[in-house]
Amino acid sequence: MRPTAARLLNILVPVKRRVRLTIDYAVKIRVNPDQKGVDLNVKHSMNPFDEIAVEEAVRLREKLKDEVKSIKVVTIGPAKAAETLRTGLAMGADSAIHVETPESSPPPEPLGVAKALRALIERQKDGVDLVILGKQAIDDDAGQTGQMLAGLLDWPQATFASKLVVDPTKKEANITQEIDGGLQEVKCKLPLIVTTDLRLNEPRYASLPNIMKAKKKPIEKLSPSDLGIDLTPRLETIKITEPPKRQGGGKVESVDELIAKLKEAGVVGR
Amino acid sequence: MFAARNVVRRLPQRSIRRWAHTQPTFNPVTEQDIARFQQILPASSILSTLAPISTPVAELSNFNNDWMNKYHGKSTTVLRPCTTKEVSEIVRWCNERGIAIVPQGGNTGLVGGGVPIKDELILSLGNMTKIRSFDPVSGIIVADSGCILEALSEYLAPHNYIMPLDLGAKGSCQIGGNVSTNAGGLRLLRYGSLHGSVLGLEVVLPDGTVLDQLTTLRKDNTGYDIKQLFIGAEGTLGIITGVSILAAPAPQASSNVMLALPKYENVLPLFREVKRQLSEILSAFEFIDRRAYELAVKHGQGRALNDEDVEGAECFVLVETSGGKREHDEEVRLKRFRLLCNILTRTQKLNGLLESLMEADEPLINTGVLSQSPAQFSQLWAIREGITEAVSKEGKAYKYDISIPVASFKEAVDKTREQLRSKGLLRDDAVKHVVGYGHVGDGNLHLNVVAAAYTPEIEAALEPFVYELVASYKGSISAEHGIGVMKTHALPYTKNPTSIEIMKRIKALFDPKGIMNPGKVLE
Ligand SMILES: Cc1cc2nc3c(=O)[nH]c(=O)nc-3n(C[C@H](O)[C@H](O)[C@H](O)COP(=O)(O)OP(=O)(O)OC[C@H]3O[C@@H](n4cnc5c(N)ncnc54)[C@H](O)[C@@H]3O)c2cc1C
Repeated sequence: MRPTAARLLNILVPVKRRVRLTIDYAVKIRVNPDQKGVDLNVKHSMNPFDEIAVEEAVRLREKLKDEVKSIKVVTIGPAKAAETLRTGLAMGADSAIHVETPESSPPPEPLGVAKALRALIERQKDGVDLVILGKQAIDDDAGQTGQMLAGLLDWPQATFASKLVVDPTKKEANITQEIDGGLQEVKCKLPLIVTTDLRLNEPRYASLPNIMKAKKKPIEKLSPSDLGIDLTPRLETIKITEPPKRQGGGKVESVDELIAKLKEAGVVGR
Repeated sequence: MFAARNVVRRLPQRSIRRWAHTQPTFNPVTEQDIARFQQILPASSILSTLAPISTPVAELSNFNNDWMNKYHGKSTTVLRPCTTKEVSEIVRWCNERGIAIVPQGGNTGLVGGGVPIKDELILSLGNMTKIRSFDPVSGIIVADSGCILEALSEYLAPHNYIMPLDLGAKGSCQIGGNVSTNAGGLRLLRYGSLHGSVLGLEVVLPDGTVLDQLTTLRKDNTGYDIKQLFIGAEGTLGIITGVSILAAPAPQASSNVMLALPKYENVLPLFREVKRQLSEILSAFEFIDRRAYELAVKHGQGRALNDEDVEGAECFVLVETSGGKREHDEEVRLKRFRLLCNILTRTQKLNGLLESLMEADEPLINTGVLSQSPAQFSQLWAIREGITEAVSKEGKAYKYDISIPVASFKEAVDKTREQLRSKGLLRDDAVKHVVGYGHVGDGNLHLNVVAAAYTPEIEAALEPFVYELVASYKGSISAEHGIGVMKTHALPYTKNPTSIEIMKRIKALFDPKGIMNPGKVLE
């Protein structure tokens, strides 16, 4: 029997369309000649940590059944970012919100995204009980959005979650975090911000029937001005450089030669 | 030069056989030979249990035994030259001295071709790893034969090219080994066989002569195309030292989908429909039967499909598409893929769309999963590529790599299983599984029998049964792995006497003393 006191959970999962890094690990991100950004003319897909976030929301529903009332995915980005929402919907989210930005505008920064999310959360009639986000996006690696959102909303936050257990009756959640030398468990009250770590789960494949169903699920379109927010960047990128090229190795014939080479390179004392 | 031919001509059919069985005898490597090799090679390039090198026997075991630990040689000496000149000098010496040589690449071959039968000298190409040239305009890459396939792929990636072949062993196999086995692999459907993409070869012939055919021409009609003979010769005609190969432009957008089929009979109509819908962007169509899938998943190869997607599936098909350009084509590709998926999952309206199919009002697939990210793309491929490894983790594998009509794939697997059952061998302590998977696009089935141990009893149940089965389909007993030592006796199931006789004459022409990889390909 379902506990009567339980409030039905509404879960929001912000997702980011990011530069697809690799199919082959060998495909490299290239820095633009002006050193202000990277070549974005490559493949895109959902940020992997965000995929984990969607998966976790869907798993919560599988576990808690009807106690999860809604799972909404949201993205802020150009028209093409809608693909990412379709992926989220195919994985099992119920509906989506697309805050569409012009194709030409620069990618929004964490603070802008956090403000947009706050505005969105405040618009939700049924409220939001749980926001699950990736701990970072692997294109800019900022790793700030979740924390900023928690600050703006004044909600508790549990970052780098490797396990999440939600108790809707008590309106609280237990989160396990991987820390240096072990695991740390924290207990938080809902509403709550959770950011996902790599080992939280392994995202499912989207099955064809679910991809078909996803096409019929609603995507609400909004503009930044609908939310009364300004996404103009406040940070200036001064320079992006590629990591130094790896030097080719060489083979040595003997231990003595190895030591001599190490000394030459100044790695061991003379 | 054609002395052998004259002999053969005059002999009646039965004598040809007997003649073929008389193996020439070879001289073992001696300390005197080692002294000569020390003049040719630096000390680090010689491994030998003989004095004065005295390498421990254990250090030679990776060279003497094959990847599956099925074939075992007793060679005393492994030479690892760095240059074509060194190879040439070694071979000249061995030819004069009557020492037999086994060329060895990454030793990932599956038919025992790369390990000695007795104590032949092993010539490993592993130290020949230079990329000689690359032309980013034509995509032609010229490399030493010892370059690892994956290393060449990595080299090409920043130039937006890919190797025209790819296979599960890519991290260990060498381009010279690939050419010598005429490896097929996962990209053949799209880029064709090595007979097309290899443009030139440098080969050290069995007398030590260097045959330089390392051209970088796409077109060259100047008489007999000799290099073709070395593609798939499995080291019996000479040692490939350099390869010139045409790389393909890297597809900018790839995607894959794993489809779950209710019954095997749907594979062919599905293949037809997929070809029709995806046409030039179709780059792979791989078949996996349910048992092969389960073995792969059991041994942790790739991420398993969701349970509800596997339910009721008799087999799976992995379809890959590769599009030309970026964003724009990616959308086109997605659209086509979606359209296909629409068609495949639509049950009622199937009639109008698939009227040509046999059972038009039944869906061809139960369901399927479409990769959503690069990680999932690799995970789906890992299931297919991981079967070889899963099979060998599960037990001892009898591997039959056959070409037969695609419509008979399942029948061949079922008949083989039945054969083993009728011999009472289908039990946990004998044969554990009979699985089928392979390259539907190329008509190539991998029929694998997983046993608890290699036993004469199982072998007798399988051979010549499987070869006769293949012959009954007018198929090939070796689609892509080659003949090696495993199938020399079975060659007549696929090649007629005239063809075999010509092969023997060619062998005698290049290698009159028979020192080059004896006992392989031809008996
Ligand atoms: C996991 C796995 C997956 C595989 N998948 C496929 C597949 O999809 N398709 C396929 O076709 N094969 C496949 N194979 C088998 C395939 O034949 C080999 O992996 C590969 O092509 C052999 O290369 P190698 O460098 O390891 O050669 P080796 O195994 O060392 O040698 C193979 C043969 O070539 C000869 N040889 C090697 N190098 C030279 C040279 N430089 N000059 C002259 N002769 C030489 C050897 O004498 C031997 O006869 C697979 C093997 C494994 C282990």
